[in-house]
Parts: sequence; structure tokens; C-alpha cells
Amino acid sequence: MSDYNFAYLDEQTKRMIRRAILKGVAVPGYQVPFASREMPMPYGWGTGGVQVTAACLTPEDTLKVIDQGADDTTNAVSIRKFFEKTADVAVTEKTAEATIIQTRHRIPEVTLTEDQILVYQVPMPEPLRFLEPSEVETRKMHALQDYGLMHVKLYEDIARHGEIATAYSYPVMVEDRYVMSPSPIPKFDNPKLESAALQLFGAGREQRIYAVPPFTKVVSLDFDDYPFDPSKAPHPCALCAAEDSYLDEVITDDQGTRMFVCSDTDFCADRRAAQEGEAA
Amino acid sequence: MAAVYLDGGFKDPARDAAHAFRAALQAMARPGRIETVAGVAPPAPCSVAAGALLVTLCDTTTPIYLAPSHDTEGLRGWITFHTGAPFTGPEHAMFGLGTWAALAAVTRFSPGTAEYPDRSATLIVELGELSTNGATLSGPGIRTIARLSLPEVAAFQQNRRRFPLGFDTYLTCGDRLAGLPRSTRVEG
Repeated sequence: MSDYNFAYLDEQTKRMIRRAILKGVAVPGYQVPFASREMPMPYGWGTGGVQVTAACLTPEDTLKVIDQGADDTTNAVSIRKFFEKTADVAVTEKTAEATIIQTRHRIPEVTLTEDQILVYQVPMPEPLRFLEPSEVETRKMHALQDYGLMHVKLYEDIARHGEIATAYSYPVMVEDRYVMSPSPIPKFDNPKLESAALQLFGAGREQRIYAVPPFTKVVSLDFDDYPFDPSKAPHPCALCAAEDSYLDEVITDDQGTRMFVCSDTDFCADRRAAQEGEAA
Repeated sequence: MAAVYLDGGFKDPARDAAHAFRAALQAMARPGRIETVAGVAPPAPCSVAAGALLVTLCDTTTPIYLAPSHDTEGLRGWITFHTGAPFTGPEHAMFGLGTWAALAAVTRFSPGTAEYPDRSATLIVELGELSTNGATLSGPGIRTIARLSLPEVAAFQQNRRRFPLGFDTYLTCGDRLAGLPRSTRVEG
């Protein structure tokens, strides 16, 4: 066992984060301010998600960490090792085996269950920030449910590009009350925000925590004549042939040859293992 | 301070609090689900579940209101030793503890502000019986409907009407607890 307090953070900090999480759960989509701590990793590497995960972990948990769907990228590997070292918890790459999944910018393809908690790393929790730079103003807009500016932004997208051009971090309305940023997940993942799993969002640098409880109504903003479209690249996965998963475009040589592969590495590996099993 | 207050806290604070918080989180995220907690032995009349919530969530930054049903010297001493939380009236409390009758009128507790609805009270209501019978619940955290033995329906309906303002509630009985966030719609 390490010499760290369980899950790294001191107990006073955990209590503060836990109170913020509970208020976030009670008011779905509302951003609760919290006193984010300096973590042993830079802002932008998931300090918010790490603090939320640390506050929720129990010794019996099995943790999975993904970065853009992949378990084997630097960010995911470091955070997984961090909690192996400081909390001595079991880790896994299998989505179905995990009880807590910390994610950067994806929701796993496999449907999550009631026994799982999904923790998002959030760089910019305020969906209105690029429209209104003042926190005082955006807070007032949320209080008054004044979201006209966001609809104007989506309308201007249509006027300029012929469609809503936002492809990731696509704003949603939670429980008919708060407009919320789902973090920079592709809009392909937006329908999965209505889930059986509890979803917690942590923004370290911006010092905000928010939540979407299970079975909460989450609607992607759109217009009657321009309905929300969770689009994806029109290709099957080059490795597992999945037609219904979110794809990464990978450049494979200097001549511009490219392939499309599943962004969710565990989903893709599972499918390939199953296909090999059938072939053998 | 009498030595009697010193016992009854978490033996392994980090891990025991982690377990208690997970139970509290699941309860608040899934109204109608009853969770079990352990690890504390608060003095009467405080239940194990209420004691675990206090030790897990309260510290010197969270004023507590003890309703007349729970305002005993023994419990004050225990809470002070294990959390350091100051005691206050209902208007300024972040946490309120008592029986439903003793906590009335619940409109005295802070519902937060329009810009900061998180600055609201959390009530810990001690019940003689806690079961998944009774009032019908729907809303966030509930697939279709859930049921919970609430001490009253009208007060929670009134609380829901001012959403996103409102207090959040834990119902406790022995070592079991259930959550009732302000977002839940309650029908008799």
C-alpha cells in the first residue's frame, strides 16, 4: 500500500467535492462551483475528472479510463496508474467490467448500466462562454433561463453553413431547465447522455462540477425544420467493420492514405475477438 | 469535553467515508432506492445513517441545525468532536437534522438563490420506518416511477414547484437511508 491518503485527496477536500457532487445531482445540468485543488498533473489533463473520481472511488471499485475512446493513450494510462498507486483499486479496459469510467471526450459504445458511474473531464463547462465572456452575465442567463443567444448562434450556423455546424460539445437542454455543455464529446454521442448510469462532470481549471442523474431528460438543441442529426463518418470500421460506432480518421502514410477505425478501442477489440472466434 | 463523545467515529476515515458517500450518492441520484451504511455509532437519538451522513459530509465549513428532537448535549458533543461543524438556526444551516415534525416549518431552510441554487440546505429527516411503499416519485434518477414512505407529500410538492431552488432531503432510519432531491416530482 502507498503512503498516500486513500485516493490521494485529503478528507476535507473530498467532503467539499462530495457536497458539490450531491448538489449537482439534485439540480441536473447546473454548474456547482467548487474549490478545485492543484493536482499532480497540468490543467487540461483531466484534473476536474480526477478530483470527481477520487471523491467517488471506493476500494472495491474497478476503474476504466479512456481518452477519446482509447484506453492506451498517454492521458488514460497516466490517470489509471495514478489511481492504481494512490487508491490501490482494480483497473480494467473492459467497459462492462468497470464500475467507474473516467472519460475524456467520448461515451463508450456499449450501453452503460445502473451499476456504473461515468466521470467526464471537462475543459469548458459553460456552454454560453464563447457567446458571453462574463461569468456574471452567463450566471444571470442561467438563472433567468435566458438561452436566446444560444439559439441565435445555432441559427447563424444554419444561415452561414446550411446546417448546424457544431460537431462536438453540442449543447443540450437538461430536464427542460438548464442548457449544459456535454463536454467535447462528438455530437454522435449526445443521444447516449440519456443513460441508466450516473454521469458526473468535473472541470478543474474552471472549478465547476455538474451532473446528469440516470434517466434524466437530455435534449440536444435544434429547430423543428433543422432537427438534431448525430452524424458520423460514412464508413464502416476498417478493423471490425462496425457500421454504428464513432470513427477516427487515421492517416497511414505520407501519400495521404487513410483509414477509418473505431474510436472506442475496447468495443473494436471485442468485436474483432468475436469475429476471430467465429472464424476459428 | 467528556470522553464519551470521542467514540463512534469512522475507524478507517478515508475508506469508511468513501463507502458512506457512495451510498449517499446512489441514494440521491436514484430517488426511491434505499442504501445501507455502517461504521459510526452516534449517541441517541441520532441514527447510524444520519450519523454517517454528518461525518461524511460535514466539517467546520458547514453549519448544522439540530431540530428540538435531536438537540441533545450528547449529540452536540459528538458532532463537534467528529466534524467540528458549528451549530446554527435553520435559516443559516447547510444541514438540518431531526424528525419531520421537529424540522417544521421546512420553508425556514435556505433554498439557495436563483444564481446559486446549490447554496441550499440538505435536510436529514429521521423516520421511524423507511420503505419503498407510499408516495409516487418521478423525475431525474427514476426510470418510470418509484415509491418511498415520505413523512408528508405537500411540503415536497411545494419544494418541487420552486425548482431549481429548494432543499434536498435524506430520509434515514436505523442504518438505512434514501435520498429525495428537489428535482423529484411527488404524488400522494
